[in-house]
Amino acid sequence: MYEEEYRQIKETLQRLQVDSNAKIVFLVDKNGQQIASHGDMRDVDATSLASLTAGNVAATDGLAKLIGEKEFSILFHEGERDNIHISLVAQRVILVVIFDDRSSLGLVRLRVKKASQELERVFEQLLKKAEADRGAAANRFDSPFAEITDEDIDSLFSE
Amino acid sequence: MTFINYAAREINCKIVYYGPGLCGKTTNLQWIYDKTNPQAKGKLISLATETDRTLFFDFLPLDLGQVRGFKTRFHLYTVPGQVFYDASRKLILKGVDGVCFIADSQDARMEANAESLQNLEKNLKEQGYDLRTIPYVLQMNKRDLPTAVAPEEIYRQLNVKGEPTFEAVAMNGTGVFDTLKAVAKLVLTELKKK
Repeated sequence: MYEEEYRQIKETLQRLQVDSNAKIVFLVDKNGQQIASHGDMRDVDATSLASLTAGNVAATDGLAKLIGEKEFSILFHEGERDNIHISLVAQRVILVVIFDDRSSLGLVRLRVKKASQELERVFEQLLKKAEADRGAAANRFDSPFAEITDEDIDSLFSE
Repeated sequence: MTFINYAAREINCKIVYYGPGLCGKTTNLQWIYDKTNPQAKGKLISLATETDRTLFFDFLPLDLGQVRGFKTRFHLYTVPGQVFYDASRKLILKGVDGVCFIADSQDARMEANAESLQNLEKNLKEQGYDLRTIPYVLQMNKRDLPTAVAPEEIYRQLNVKGEPTFEAVAMNGTGVFDTLKAVAKLVLTELKKK
């Protein structure tokens, strides 16, 4: 993840949160790693949210394959107060929108669609950059981990 | 796949605890959860049946501290061990960085161990990983039981590639952190090569 794209992603999420009147907008990768979020995250355990979302999407993906579908690109969970809208972006990241009755499913779907297109572009850009970097990595030294020593690792477990 | 966020200076790694049903995968995670200080850990999530059998996965996020200015975060997952949950196990292996195989030392479970190990190898292959190259450690759990098979015998049957091997009693924590430390070390060492 690069600074510039990270900023673009944050901006898109922020816009989506405002435009859709949502409480929280959240981006996770398919492995359950949180990428970025926007909104009031104080009462939410972000790491658990990320992991359970990914588990949920993975399970639904499995269901889709079982019945011969490629994927279910949108999941929607309706609660008494809050609802969760989950959608796949560029087939690799998961966009989560949490909203209550100040918004509506229709509005969220509409705004998510627009934001997804923006995010797709950013991820395409990211992919290109990462590939270009990989090509250049052969003669350029840029991994901060190439020099990790055993002591560095041991010190993590020192307590 | 290790997720490195250069903007937030974070490394996220995914470790999966694998093994036959009732071998102690959840117990391993529970011990780590109980013994880690509150700032370093997130919530332990257990998706289990009413009888405490893992249904989908257990999940524990762990902050280990900094390496070269990067915050290291380990996401520990267990799989459901029972044979018929294979579809769920495959999902959990997605994006894995390191695997701990928890073997049940009891004589009666040796066959289940071997079957689970074969299952691991097959499922890893389906996700495009090779057990021979992925960071991998073996834990022989339940060493305190009178029916435990000799460690040499378990090693002979289950050893894949001379991986780090630990004797453990997960109920009282013996060997639990040694196992985690070993796999974390292998995963971070793997980063070096990339």
